[in-house]
Amino acid sequence: MKKIEAIIRKSKFDELKKALHQIEVNFFSYWDVTGVGNEKQGHVYRGISYSTSDIQRRYLTIVVSDEFLERTINTILDVASTGNVGDGKIFVSDVIEAYRIRTKESGQAGIN
Amino acid sequence: MTEIQQEALDQSLEVIKGDMSALWIIIAAILVFFMQAGFTLVEVGFTRSKNAGSIIMKNVMDLCIGSIMFWAVGYGIMYGSEVILGGFFRASPSEQGYFFFSATDWYNLFFQTVFCATAATIVSGAIAGRTKFSTYLIFSAVLTTIIYPISGSWYWPFDDDAWLNTAGFIDFAGSSVVHAVGGSAALVAAFMVGPRIGKYVDGKVNAIPGHNMTFGALGVLILWLGWFGFNGGSQLAWGGDDTVAVGSVIINTNLAAAIGAIAAMFLTWVRYGKPDISMTLNGALAGLVGITAGCGAVNAWGALIIGLICGITVVLSIDFIDKKLKIDDPVGAISVHGVCGFLGTVLVGIFALDGGLLYGGGAKLIWVQTYGSLSYLAWAALCTFIILFILKKTIGLRVSKEQEIDGLDVHEHGSEAYPEHITNDK
Repeated sequence: MKKIEAIIRKSKFDELKKALHQIEVNFFSYWDVTGVGNEKQGHVYRGISYSTSDIQRRYLTIVVSDEFLERTINTILDVASTGNVGDGKIFVSDVIEAYRIRTKESGQAGIN
Repeated sequence: MTEIQQEALDQSLEVIKGDMSALWIIIAAILVFFMQAGFTLVEVGFTRSKNAGSIIMKNVMDLCIGSIMFWAVGYGIMYGSEVILGGFFRASPSEQGYFFFSATDWYNLFFQTVFCATAATIVSGAIAGRTKFSTYLIFSAVLTTIIYPISGSWYWPFDDDAWLNTAGFIDFAGSSVVHAVGGSAALVAAFMVGPRIGKYVDGKVNAIPGHNMTFGALGVLILWLGWFGFNGGSQLAWGGDDTVAVGSVIINTNLAAAIGAIAAMFLTWVRYGKPDISMTLNGALAGLVGITAGCGAVNAWGALIIGLICGITVVLSIDFIDKKLKIDDPVGAISVHGVCGFLGTVLVGIFALDGGLLYGGGAKLIWVQTYGSLSYLAWAALCTFIILFILKKTIGLRVSKEQEIDGLDVHEHGSEAYPEHITNDK
């Protein structure tokens, strides 16, 4: 089992959600995050330019079985990309165990 | 019809006209009263959410204090029948003493009260986000009791004892009498209180974005609406020729506001790359303040040009005051009311159909308009300086650094306009 964490543009979220459903990745969590990075979001207020170092992104956590890993990653890489600075990042890590609380199942059965 | 019948009919018509005029003045005054809501919304919207409650309290309280003080003292000083110190100010002797109002033209008192409150509330925007509440209350009381009524008496009673009236000064609804007084006080107050923490750091000018442009826009549109009462009501009459004049005044007012906003929008578009929201809103207000002096003296073309000039000027003036003078005016009150109030008054000397430079009146009116308006600016600046100097030495002008960073709402009023689950812009 692997945990895929992806930081993506909010504008790409709906598209990605649909694409993930198409490859049968139906369960994941997400939340809105603020971070800092290379991108500068420029603003002008009453004639004064300023840039916020705070960048708004959406953070997804997807736990998948190993056989789903590659196509999930590829989907995110394809769909969440615009080619510009600030498209985001993906992190993959091992998951030791997973449980489904209702049925007390663990392992593969715990994540699907 | 016999001569006696004719006379009776004429008298009846006079009574009706008088009643209609009173009704119009009352309606107009109600519209001007509503401008307090506009000022509050603009100031709240253009500043940070942690100070919204403080701005609400300052705006509501200057209206309350002004309403009482202007009835008790101010109106007598401004419109009293007894002229004191050669017309420097007035008093109205009555059975209740020298001041407390006790005549029958209550609607005039109401109309003038809401104008006085307008002058007072202009200041709160320029000093938002760092000024002590108690200090503001005292200043507001002095402004509505003494400063505004004294300078108002120089012109608005429209009689031979009002020295600016006899000089031929034209300020129909108060570009100078109301707005320049408020704007000038705002300039001195903002300078003396000093900028908000974080506005000017190591020589760099920082933007402190307002937290709610929706409030800002709603406030400006409410002010715009109220201005039809502010300017239209200043005809002080209704019926026949007066009705035509009110119509012209209202059209002039609307045209100036519209072109002011358009001018500011295009100028910011060119200067900053994008049409700036809050500056465009300021442009509408600039046009309104600018046309206030001349709305009864110019035609529609004159109003358009005055609005255009003010809409351009307000952007340049806000830039200059913010970046060069480094006086922190979060809402642009100094530029809108002070600079455009002065400019609008002077421009009457060019565009007035009767006596303006463009209409063969020569330069005399420009000169009268200039020194008249400067008198108001200087008077308000001087008084504000004296009062704030005294307050600075006694109770202080600013909240502590810690209080300012946390927000005035929490420390001065023990509550927040938006509870912490809505905002965390500390």
